[in-house]
Amino acid sequence: MRRVRGFLLGVWDFIVGDDWRTALGVVLALGLTALLADAGVSAWWVMPLAVLGLLVQSIRRAAGLTFRTPPR
Amino acid sequence: MSSGEIGLALSVFLACTVEAVEALTIVLAVGATRSWSSALSGVGAATLALAAVVAALGPALTALPIDVLRVFVGGLLLIFGLQWLRKAILRSAGLKTKHDELETFREETEAARAAGARRPGFDGYAFTISFKGVLLEGLEVAFIVLTFGASQNRIPLAAAAAALAILLVVAAGIAARAPLAKVPENTMKFAVGVMLSSFGMFWGAEGAGASWPGNDAALLAIIPGVLIAANAIVWALRRALQAASAEAPLHAAGGNTQPSEAADRATVGA
Repeated sequence: MRRVRGFLLGVWDFIVGDDWRTALGVVLALGLTALLADAGVSAWWVMPLAVLGLLVQSIRRAAGLTFRTPPR
Repeated sequence: MSSGEIGLALSVFLACTVEAVEALTIVLAVGATRSWSSALSGVGAATLALAAVVAALGPALTALPIDVLRVFVGGLLLIFGLQWLRKAILRSAGLKTKHDELETFREETEAARAAGARRPGFDGYAFTISFKGVLLEGLEVAFIVLTFGASQNRIPLAAAAAALAILLVVAAGIAARAPLAKVPENTMKFAVGVMLSSFGMFWGAEGAGASWPGNDAALLAIIPGVLIAANAIVWALRRALQAASAEAPLHAAGGNTQPSEAADRATVGA
C-alpha cells in the first residue's frame, strides 16, 4: 500500500509539479474551449488568454515565495 | 520539413540536451570518484528502462483518436511547458539561482566520497546514483519525445532528435572530461518552455475543437507571442526587483518595514 501511494505521489509530482493550480487552470481552459467550440462559437482565443493569465499568476506566487525565502 | 516538424525536432533536441548535460554531471561525479564500470552500468540500466517506457507508451498513445490525443498531449505539454517557463523566467529575472554544473559536480563528488569506502568490484552507490540521475532526467525527455512525436505521428523524428542531442553531449563530455558548465542551460530551458507551451496551446485548442486562424500557420504567431510575453514578464520582474531594492533601505531607515516585505509587495504588483 505504501509503495502504491509512493508511486502515485511520484506520478503526481512528475506531471503536476509544485503548482497544482496551473495544472487545474490548463484543464479548465481546455474544457471551456471544448464547450465554446461545441456551441459553435470561435474558441481559439481561450487558450492564449488562459496561458498568459496562468503564467503570470504562477510567477506571482513563486516570486512571492522566493522573496520570503531568499534563494540559497 | 514542415514548421511543425522543425518545431518538434528543435524542442526535443533542446530539452534532451539540457537534461543530458545534467545527467552527465552526475555520472561524471560518481564515475570519477567511485567506479566507472558501475556508473556506466547504471546509465545502461536507466537507458533500458527509458526505452521500455517509450516502447510501452508509444503504441498506446498513437492508438488514441487524434482529437483525444491532441487534447491529452496539449494539456500535458502545457503543464510541463509552463513549469519550465516559470522556472526559466524566475532565473532570468534573478529570483532563482541558476543551475551551476560545476557546483552540482562538486556536491555530487563530495557526497560520493562521504558515502563510505569503495569495495572492489561492483559499486552499488555509483550504480544507483547514475541510474537514478539518468532515469529522472530522461523521463521528462521520454515524455516530450512521446507526446510531441505522437501528436504529429513522427515519433521516429522525435527519437532521432533526442538521440542526436545525447550523442553530442556525450561526445562533448568525453572531449572535455568535465561537466559542460558553458552550455547556456537557462537560455535553452527558456526556449524549451516557450516551445512546449506554444505547441501545447496549439494542439490542446485544436483537440478541444477550436480552429486556429490560418491553421498550422498560427504557430508562427503563437511562438513569438509566448516569447514576447515571457520576456515582458522577466522585464517586469527585474523592474520590481530594482524598485524593491531601492525602496528597502528607505523603509529600513524608517524602521517600519523589513526589506523582504517591501520586495514582496513590489513583486505582487509586478
